[in-house]
Amino acid sequence: MLSRTAENLYWTGRYIERAENLARVLDVSYRNALLDLPGSSAESEWRDALASLGSPPQFAERKQKLDEGDITRFFTVDTDSPCSIKFCVHAARENARALRAVISTEMWESINTTWLALSDLDESGLRARGLREFLDWVKDRSHLFRGISHSTSLHNDAFHFLRLGTFLERADSTARLLDTKYQSLAGMDAEAAGTIYYAWGAVLRQASAFRAYHQTYHDVITPQRVAELLTLRREMPRSLRFCANQVVEHLDALGGTRDLESQRLAGELHALLRFARIDRVLSRGIHDFLAEIIRRLAELSAQMAQDFLMTV
Amino acid sequence: MTTPFLDEMYGPCTLDSFAQHREAGQVRAPYRHIDEWLRSTDQTVFDSKREEADLIFRRVGITFNVYGDQAGTERLIPFDIIPRVLSAAEWTRLAAGLVQRVKALNMFLHDIYHGQEVVRAGVVPESHLLRNSLFRPEMKGVDVPGNVYVHIAGIDIVRVEEGTFYVLEDNLRTPSGVSYMLQNRAVMMRLFPQVFAKAHVAPVDHYSQELLRTLRSVAPATAEGEPTVVVMTPGPHNSAYFEHTFLAEQMGVELAEGQDLFVRDNAVYMRTTLGPRRVDVIYRRIDDDSLDPLAFRPDSMLGVPGLLSVYRNGGVTLANAIGTGVADDKSSYPYVPELIQFYLGETPILGNVPTYRCGLESDRAYVLEHLAELVVKQTQGSGGYGMLIGPRSTRDEQAKFRELINAHPDGYIAQPTLALSSCPTFVEEGIAPRHIDLRPFILTGMSGSVVVPGGLTRVALTRGSLVVNSSQGGGTKDTWVLRA
Repeated sequence: MLSRTAENLYWTGRYIERAENLARVLDVSYRNALLDLPGSSAESEWRDALASLGSPPQFAERKQKLDEGDITRFFTVDTDSPCSIKFCVHAARENARALRAVISTEMWESINTTWLALSDLDESGLRARGLREFLDWVKDRSHLFRGISHSTSLHNDAFHFLRLGTFLERADSTARLLDTKYQSLAGMDAEAAGTIYYAWGAVLRQASAFRAYHQTYHDVITPQRVAELLTLRREMPRSLRFCANQVVEHLDALGGTRDLESQRLAGELHALLRFARIDRVLSRGIHDFLAEIIRRLAELSAQMAQDFLMTV
Repeated sequence: MTTPFLDEMYGPCTLDSFAQHREAGQVRAPYRHIDEWLRSTDQTVFDSKREEADLIFRRVGITFNVYGDQAGTERLIPFDIIPRVLSAAEWTRLAAGLVQRVKALNMFLHDIYHGQEVVRAGVVPESHLLRNSLFRPEMKGVDVPGNVYVHIAGIDIVRVEEGTFYVLEDNLRTPSGVSYMLQNRAVMMRLFPQVFAKAHVAPVDHYSQELLRTLRSVAPATAEGEPTVVVMTPGPHNSAYFEHTFLAEQMGVELAEGQDLFVRDNAVYMRTTLGPRRVDVIYRRIDDDSLDPLAFRPDSMLGVPGLLSVYRNGGVTLANAIGTGVADDKSSYPYVPELIQFYLGETPILGNVPTYRCGLESDRAYVLEHLAELVVKQTQGSGGYGMLIGPRSTRDEQAKFRELINAHPDGYIAQPTLALSSCPTFVEEGIAPRHIDLRPFILTGMSGSVVVPGGLTRVALTRGSLVVNSSQGGGTKDTWVLRA
């Protein structure tokens, strides 16, 4: 396969996943900002949201306010923002446009339909429609695209590159989300009734893991277990370990017996997550651990670019 | 409008008398089944089938971008469900004429880039080559495999009478439209299998296989094993991008952009996920000017730096060759019948439309006097732009062309307004005659030429119009060549 094709597939996967992650973060922040929680405020919720979305410099440069209005516009329908859902869907669509001979018709139609529905949505349209309804729609479209790719395209190299984009983006997003929350909630009064429940419950919701948590632990919410669920649990589809495992599988399918350096890096990352224990991770400091994961993810995608002659 | 013309289904008629002819039921033999089908099928069936056809085209995404239109506008080319039919005998003659013409044109190209015997013999003046910006000095003395320059030709044919077909234009650079030929057929077979089966139509589906075979046959001698072929596209914003993806997909080869290819050690490689892979044959759908920024337009981002040098050394084959434009622009067109005589010693099977060269003084005087009757064309234009259709022009337009011709006489030719044949077509008021042309595709490899029986029939959808170009609102039809 042409390297550019692989690159287009990889970025299609990444941008769709990124749009979904944006929707998740904004959705939960919006919900939490409405609650009057002790030790928290609407402003601190939006500050966390901005941090877990990587605090893009464009946001500060353009003198945006740390409030719901500016943040939700900047990350949803702002045409000039390189971090908006609109931007991501457009980028995914442009990448997919070059792939029409490679991807299934259904995949193209799904992504094209999403873009057509989004292309003329502006802020007033967004407010009229309702932010949360819009964000739910974005998540649905992302799920739909993933499902369609899974069941209509050949599970060949093209599919592997698409999925690599999905899981590298997702791992990065989960790591940043957890890191932000650990830092901002560190000083929280653990005795305050319900505080932990609301604050960490929100983190779980962001990762669609609220119910998964209860099914897994059958117990009250604790920060330690949330961390474990989102980093080390094998069966949790947004956990770091799950993502790393997927990356290993897809890279192995692509690299076969070539023993690429990226296969080795992915294996190492997966081993780190597979054989870690949450108590050790926490006692040594989860921030360092997550920073290490984020660094390795970046290294891995740079290595993939080399191994497959892509420019990512 | 009472100009008489040949309707291919109902014979000689005019726009006004068409309905009577149709009622009278005098049908030309090749259209017998079509006529029966039109008469015996309920209008509502046609309506729903036409909608279905539209849906198929839209869903598959068979679109083209219009130059000068808003960036990224994708349009459907209107498709008419009444096919254009040619009898086996008509086709046999056409195909022989096309092969003959392409053979002479290939010999002409080889000659002008080598000994230029055609100039020495006085058939074509030297100034014609020197003044032609499409003549590529870089190609002088370069040998291409099998001396084939034009691997894919699209020759536009019009019909004016029962037995008279004219060549209207040779397209020897990157002719497009073959994907419509194939898609139109797929749609017709799906919508109207019964009438299709009854008529015994020769298949066209193997075009892509013939194309691949042709391209492989001209691989450089240095190619190891199965030659690697790619389709090279300028990218998604090109008007024919759909066709590029379609052909790559049908042949099962990669669709490469310039950025996917690179030159190393006198060879062209593509970047693949399994490492660099040698490319032997490039079916390029990109202009000469954009092929190599080191050799041609330095500002073009579409090409591959160093490509020309590898090509000249025989490290890669380009299809079509560089510099074929000199043989297909409208200033060379008038010479083609003489070229057939000169190179092959044969009488042309297919004639040209009578053509006046404004570069010749006597011709120019005639043209300027008869602007209102003639069609004036730029010698280096395409797609129906920069053209004067005398009988439909205003005095101002004629005055403008008079100035243009006087300023650049070599830049213009003129032809009589032809009574193009028509084919019944569904339009708003029902079935009416609309003028058509035909673009068959001729493939030439190491072992000669192949013409898939069919082509792209374009139809001018406006009443009385002679302009069939899709960029000017033309439509297309399936083209049936009967087996017997």
